[in-house]
Amino acid sequence: MPTKKEVFQKIQTALVDALGVDEEDVTPEATLVGDLGAESIDFLDIVFRLEKAFNIKIPRGELFPEDILTNSAYVHDGKVTEQGLAELRKRMPFANLDNFAKNPVVQDFGNLLTVADMCRFVEGKVEVTD
Amino acid sequence: MRWYWIDRFIEFESGRYAKAIKNISLAEDYLHDHFPYYPIIPASLVIEGMAQTGGLLVCEHNQFREKVVLAKLPKAVFHCDAVPGDTLTYTATVDYIKEEGAMVTATSYKGHRLHAEAEIVFAHLNEPQLASLFDPDTFLRMMRLLGAFEVGHAADGSRLRPPARLMRTVEGGHNGQSPPGAAAEGTQERQP
Repeated sequence: MPTKKEVFQKIQTALVDALGVDEEDVTPEATLVGDLGAESIDFLDIVFRLEKAFNIKIPRGELFPEDILTNSAYVHDGKVTEQGLAELRKRMPFANLDNFAKNPVVQDFGNLLTVADMCRFVEGKVEVTD
Repeated sequence: MRWYWIDRFIEFESGRYAKAIKNISLAEDYLHDHFPYYPIIPASLVIEGMAQTGGLLVCEHNQFREKVVLAKLPKAVFHCDAVPGDTLTYTATVDYIKEEGAMVTATSYKGHRLHAEAEIVFAHLNEPQLASLFDPDTFLRMMRLLGAFEVGHAADGSRLRPPARLMRTVEGGHNGQSPPGAAAEGTQERQP
């Protein structure tokens, strides 16, 4: 059973390998897109590395529910609707959506996910000790 | 121009790994520019060769239903140069194949010497607007031309065969169309 520190270290390694960034850049506060430069194809790579590192399965859209952002029922005039935000909160309990909810522009969504969010995501899938 | 950067498959195990060879010849035009009087195969073309080896492996596993394109190269390391007269052996091993894409780990060997190694991520392009970009069964013709069906095995160990729905493509026709850059070769039978 890994500790929270070990979870972070494995995620750090996965992001260094997938994104070609320096280890010291991968801090808990760093955002995947804004700070670490992740692009859409990188999420496929990152998901694979997390699956391998933690021996877990991550179905499509679980870490990054892009289907909500392309669903016209949840998006209006380039912004996520209240209904969409509720769905995002349900699907992404590991992420803090409060800041995004203040001005939920779809284009800004990609910059939401932080390394700490990914740690919480993994901690929800594997048993972790302190 | 023909965009083939491998010459022949020598092993092909469906969904697992494929091995292909690339013979480097001074008859290839690009070597005279890269570099004048100092010919070395460019790293980018070695990567393309490894990507063709791995990409066809992914395509076959998907039964040629996906448009498989090289999307990302998380790692590429070259250990030495390869020059005319060298034969490179590319091996691509499947790390994963998922609905949205795939990843392979690839190596290039010059004899027993490790020449290059790479990780290659492929995406499956399903957008309707890209439908005319190329047909996935173009890859099937390429596989045949490169001898994959002569050496390959399916997951159950039986001889590798094209999907039944595409047999017509292999047997010579492609709904009357020619595959890009490969029409003549794609319809000839290689003799052992």
